[in-house]
Amino acid sequence: MTTADIKAEILDILEVIAPDEDLTNLDDAVNFRDQLELDSMDFLDIVMELRKRHRIQIPEDDYIQLASMNSTVAFLEPLMKDIQKV
Amino acid sequence: MYDTIIIGAGMSGLAAGIRLAYFDQRVCILEKHITIGGLNSFYRMRGRDYDVGLHALTNITPKGTKRGPLARLLKQLRLSREDLQISPQLGSDIVFPGVRLHFNNDFERFRSEIAREFPKQIDNFDRLVTQIVEYDDLDETHQAVSARERLGELISDPLLVEMFFCPLMFYGSAREHDMDWGQFSIMFRSIFMEGLGRPYAGVRLILKHLVRKFRGLGGELKLRTGVDRIKVDNGHVTGVLLENGEELQARRVLSSAGWPETMRMCDDSQLVVSRATGRLSFCETIAALDVQPQALGHRSTITFYNDSEQFHWTKPDKPCDIRSGVICSPNNFDYGDELLDEGTMRITALANFDFWNGLDERKYALEKLRWYDHITASAVRFVPDYRHRVLDTDMFTPTTVVRFTGHDGGAIYGTPDKQFDGRTHLDNLFICGTDQGFVGIIGSIVSGIGMANMHCLRD
Repeated sequence: MTTADIKAEILDILEVIAPDEDLTNLDDAVNFRDQLELDSMDFLDIVMELRKRHRIQIPEDDYIQLASMNSTVAFLEPLMKDIQKV
Repeated sequence: MYDTIIIGAGMSGLAAGIRLAYFDQRVCILEKHITIGGLNSFYRMRGRDYDVGLHALTNITPKGTKRGPLARLLKQLRLSREDLQISPQLGSDIVFPGVRLHFNNDFERFRSEIAREFPKQIDNFDRLVTQIVEYDDLDETHQAVSARERLGELISDPLLVEMFFCPLMFYGSAREHDMDWGQFSIMFRSIFMEGLGRPYAGVRLILKHLVRKFRGLGGELKLRTGVDRIKVDNGHVTGVLLENGEELQARRVLSSAGWPETMRMCDDSQLVVSRATGRLSFCETIAALDVQPQALGHRSTITFYNDSEQFHWTKPDKPCDIRSGVICSPNNFDYGDELLDEGTMRITALANFDFWNGLDERKYALEKLRWYDHITASAVRFVPDYRHRVLDTDMFTPTTVVRFTGHDGGAIYGTPDKQFDGRTHLDNLFICGTDQGFVGIIGSIVSGIGMANMHCLRD
């Protein structure tokens, strides 16, 4: 997956997890928590959706890497570069 | 080999099952009873559909609200608000001698009622609300503080204190006389600050969605399948032995059967510190009417009543305590243009399990008729008398609660001591539902989700 693919995938996951949120003006540099109404259960769901869809395991200590779009994509790039986009 | 076996197909078990099945676990829900729902269920009798348990859903925030338990559970279960088709209440009342406080899903209305009936308390009330709003339901350290103590410091009119306790205890206190401050805050927000609602089709609609979702994700549900024993080897659960003799293996077990009930099932013969069984149980009368309650002048959705200045929340000495109760009319929700076919009035009152449990069949039927009349006669002091419009009646007692929930003593809200973290003495046995600490339909679902997330998903 390319950087753009990963970003699109995260947006898709956010849409499933928080269908009432408007994601069109999401600022990639700003923490999700400051723009969206996400709680700790939602962050768990991002991790779980990645595991369900791509078999990626993210240890709990690394959840903090998922703070913003930019940090999430940067964290996921090495883990997802070999995954084929479907 | 299952990843997770869930004991009990009530709201919490089904919600937990959905979470786990959604994330590809092999899950099986085992239900002892012939039907799903646990305390919140439904049945058909003499051609009529009846709900058990559910009066109303709590935590009803306006559509689009992104915070709060309702929004959280919809997100977590991947359900849409439309699935539940929730109609808001018309408005409810707390009635004590000489005082009536009305509330609906607009909290300002409740505040203005308090300003009118208790003008000297309004500043105290605002201070109370500030503290309730500040209470963090994910922080358990304040749970054990006495709500009576806290309210005593804030509200100086004891009548108002009793009028807060009456509805909140009826809707969820497993403890006699008092509540934990945490539980009080959660319930105050759920009922007064968020609000009440109900789907037109009742509790069966919610259950239908949960079961369909669970099965659609590949979850297995076995009805009439009681668990005889939880098999333990070296401090570790290996599976369950069913009442029918079959054995199932699982990597973990999540039980909504209640704390003492679950502990009793463990076959490790380890002495687990026993926990008191809950003492509070209910009788509930149901009357089908040939008229809409509003045609009799009854517009209230839920009426909480008490016939003296002091409210008694304790196991009654008599078969039922008719001094207080809750009257619910499922007709009195705003269903738009639709009306329920018939009128329904339900009355809930505290009841003594030992009395009802000790009766033979003939005596039981007789006492049900007798106490149906006593309870109804007491309740019609607070709502228009509907007794001349009754088509059919039924009544459940504490022994019915046992049949539906399996809870010792018909304890409607389980044991007074909750296990908020859901952990037990075994490393892969966990508790969810009533005895984990959340009650009501929304609370139970949140409990199932929370325990599944915390204990069953992260490996």
